[in-house]
Amino acid sequence: MNPFRFARAESTPAALGAVASGRHARFVAGGTNILDLMKVGVEMPELLIDINALPLRSIVRRGDALHIGALARLSDVAADAQVRAAFPMVAIALEQSASPQLRNMASIGGNVLQRTRCPYFRDLATACNKRAPGTGCGAIGGMNRQQAVLGTSDHCIATHASDLAVTLAALEARIHIDGRAGSRDASIRDFYRLPGETPHVENVLAYDELITGVSLPLLAYGGNSTYLKVRDRAQYEFALASAAVALDIANGTIRQARVALGGVGTIPWRSLEAETLLSNAPATRVTFEKAAQAAVAGARGYGQNDFKIALAQRTLIRALEMVVERQ
Amino acid sequence: MPRMNRRTFVAGSTASSLALGLTRPSGAATAETEPSGPDVIDVVLSVNGAEHALAIDPRVTLLDALRDRLGMTGTKKGCDQGTCGACTVLVNGRRIDSCLTLALMHAGDRITTIEGIAQTGKLHPVQAAFIDRDAFQCGYCTSGQIVSAVGLLGEGRALDRDAVREHMSGNICRCGCYPHIVDAVLDAQKAT
Repeated sequence: MNPFRFARAESTPAALGAVASGRHARFVAGGTNILDLMKVGVEMPELLIDINALPLRSIVRRGDALHIGALARLSDVAADAQVRAAFPMVAIALEQSASPQLRNMASIGGNVLQRTRCPYFRDLATACNKRAPGTGCGAIGGMNRQQAVLGTSDHCIATHASDLAVTLAALEARIHIDGRAGSRDASIRDFYRLPGETPHVENVLAYDELITGVSLPLLAYGGNSTYLKVRDRAQYEFALASAAVALDIANGTIRQARVALGGVGTIPWRSLEAETLLSNAPATRVTFEKAAQAAVAGARGYGQNDFKIALAQRTLIRALEMVVERQ
Repeated sequence: MPRMNRRTFVAGSTASSLALGLTRPSGAATAETEPSGPDVIDVVLSVNGAEHALAIDPRVTLLDALRDRLGMTGTKKGCDQGTCGACTVLVNGRRIDSCLTLALMHAGDRITTIEGIAQTGKLHPVQAAFIDRDAFQCGYCTSGQIVSAVGLLGEGRALDRDAVREHMSGNICRCGCYPHIVDAVLDAQKAT
């Protein structure tokens, strides 16, 4: 780790003031991502601001949404009765994230901002446009078995690593952001940025802004949802492909659907195409296969990760079947 | 001549290299010669019921503070990146990886390490079960496994073999003692 100064913020304004102090600063909550990246030299802040004292841990109903404080820990959110009842997909995704120890540490806000696990991003000796803009992409033409097939560009194919964020995409979450100019909300649809020519810009959060919470708009059929994660081993592994699915079904017909894919996109991948095909269609295997084809219509493999295009479809089909079976 | 064993030798070498690392340039600082690190910061850590006042560089992880500053070497450093679980400790009763958190972030927290698991000279049921079930081979991961299992029992989720495997997945055993570890955790669950 590089040497850095350490500050403990007692309030959100204090945290926002500290980050604007002129030193290259980073916030730390759970630490599971930022400290890991500092150890390998990817992150080298001059100032680390501990925000754990901020009052941002509660999970409360606010109007027609469930508000989750940015500092709530993954394990707390996974165990929360409101979350489990209203959004099973969120609890399932969180319980399959990382390990029990890391879930006790990692925060919701930090998870939304979790960096990619692409090996080239983490290895300072290699090319990576996300870590060092303009150096190239080691994964294109290199080890790319884990990397994305959706939303890629000639500059970056790094997979977004978060399971939670896939469910946030499906549920149309809102990200609450505080800055010195005031507060603002961003729809999850607008929050993440495709890599394009600037893969180092991952979202719309400004350098000196802080995520204070995430809101999940209550969805009448949110309780009829699941998250299916396919990975190389049964536990404690990132997704090769995953699917977050919610279905509103009546008399064997799907009225509405929410679909997002993980492990295959450079950002959490909502598929409006799949949702459109599922809406007002019979809840049958044929429908699910059509939706799965639509979800990966623009996918592109890079050699080692070609298998993900088929795997993502099978994962989505199975997730849809699981929700139907649970009815 | 003082008796020297591997641990005292390693501890002595570590202390001197850390002292070197903290040496600061003297004289007026310019942009180029500005000290690369801030001053050490005071923190009080509450470990196994005792308070310890430390003055540490902000970079010191909770794991390194426990091992290198407080001499509590029961907590092990395996991967140092949150993947192996050898460094598991309880913070306010919840299990965490002590390698991915800074010591400075734990002022006021109640920290429990493997050294604090046994109470009044009596082995914790998890410790006794690990011995009864021969749930280790080389032993390097064992303290992390035991502390993690104590945390798991507190969560009340060690319901069956599959659940124990799932909820102990943050602790890697390269000797492959998993079947006996699962036996031990289930035994301890019944005993508590």
